[in-house]
Amino acid sequence: MGTRDCQHICAESSPAIGEAGKTGEWRDSFPVIDPEKCVVARQNKPACFLCWLYCPDAVITKTVPIQIDMEYCKGCGICAQICPAHAISMIREQ
Amino acid sequence: MAEKGSTRILDGNNAAAQGAKLSRVQVIAAYPITPQSPVTEKLSEFVEKGELDAQYVAVESEHSALAVCTSASTVGARAFTASSSHGLAYMHEMLHWAAGARLPVFLACVNRAIGAPWNVLNDQQDSISQRDTGWIQIYARNNQEILDSIIQAYRIAESVYVPVMVCYDGFVLSHTEMPVNLPSQEDVDRFLPPYKPHTILDPANPRNYNLVTFANPRVNAEGVLCHGYMELRYLLQEALQNSRETIIKVGQEFGEAFGRTYSSTLWANRLDDANTVIVAMGSLVMEATVAADILREAGHKVGVLGLRVFRPFPKADVVKALEKSRLIVVFDKNISYGLEGATCSEIKSALYGSSVRAVIRNFIVGLGGRDVKARELVDAVNRSLLSAKEDDLTREYPEWICAI
Repeated sequence: MGTRDCQHICAESSPAIGEAGKTGEWRDSFPVIDPEKCVVARQNKPACFLCWLYCPDAVITKTVPIQIDMEYCKGCGICAQICPAHAISMIREQ
Repeated sequence: MAEKGSTRILDGNNAAAQGAKLSRVQVIAAYPITPQSPVTEKLSEFVEKGELDAQYVAVESEHSALAVCTSASTVGARAFTASSSHGLAYMHEMLHWAAGARLPVFLACVNRAIGAPWNVLNDQQDSISQRDTGWIQIYARNNQEILDSIIQAYRIAESVYVPVMVCYDGFVLSHTEMPVNLPSQEDVDRFLPPYKPHTILDPANPRNYNLVTFANPRVNAEGVLCHGYMELRYLLQEALQNSRETIIKVGQEFGEAFGRTYSSTLWANRLDDANTVIVAMGSLVMEATVAADILREAGHKVGVLGLRVFRPFPKADVVKALEKSRLIVVFDKNISYGLEGATCSEIKSALYGSSVRAVIRNFIVGLGGRDVKARELVDAVNRSLLSAKEDDLTREYPEWICAI
């Protein structure tokens, strides 16, 4: 089956989760959070959230503790760079 | 039949501005450059006086001018820009963008030579250098055709969703006054319906346009298989391939509405019994017609083939027009360096595999505003007639009419 059925004549899509595919597949390293160091986890209350603020793909939740959606995390490492407590490490994908 | 309209004495730039006004353009963004500047001046005057209900966006560059036009077109406004030479070259990236996004933007290209060295005078190197950007290119021979082609261009562009460039020779047409019939606004409104965009930006139904598109087709978030990059590029090629039909239909309907018919992609002059055909594009076609008349007086059966539409290149029409030719002399006001004039290459390509077996000669003329006299065209054709032999069908490189 060809692609004409989409009836587009230029590239277009609706803004939606996953409209660019499972971008987590792009990742070559993934973030791991150390709860001993993470300010949110240590204080067990809403605090800091710089990783949530800086994540360009909005895959980090503003929750206690924070969660990272690995289906869409591209592994850019900005969260690891920005974390003031050095709680996030980037680990090479196998 | 339409009302008569009025006949005015206009230079080419004024004719272009009047064409834009009659087409009720809604957004104008252009950056002044010689010899295009009077187009922008005239249009800003129309807007300022309240004669044209349009947004005139002052920009800092040609790149921005076309960026404004593509954005305006995306949200459903009829957009107009104009440029020349270095300005058009600076638009190059956005020319690709407008075509890839399938936006029916219009551009008036006032043909001018490109540096180095600096030169503000006419040749067609600027628009020829943009031939592979996916725009329809139409060349005008005189100021009436500039105006008429602009009105037609919006109909064509908005039917096939491909941007259209109307090209006319700098100074030779842009700054030369001649009688131009201005159709009435009511008649143009009847001929040119409002623009219906295939894109629309609506906060209630947000869309992403021209986002990162990968090599392969991909199922989107709604589960629909969408084009990859290559399928979209195929569709652009398909749109240009099929646009000939629309160009002809619009030209015929224009004739019915205004009495000036554009029912072919070509201009044919005395081709019926011609065995020698001069090929040219733009205002040079008029000069070639004078040359053909001189050659006819000397007993040669000479005709002229003017290329009106350069993209899509009308291969089948060219083959049919050149059916009886034994000698084809192509004059180019441009050159693809290291090869030959662009229209000569296209003519040769069109004839491949056809039954036409003619000698082809290519002359590079009129670069950087060098005057092209009918007498020089006659001399070139006479030289070609002398060298026209079956075993010498073509030359490796073009001849130049210059003092070197």
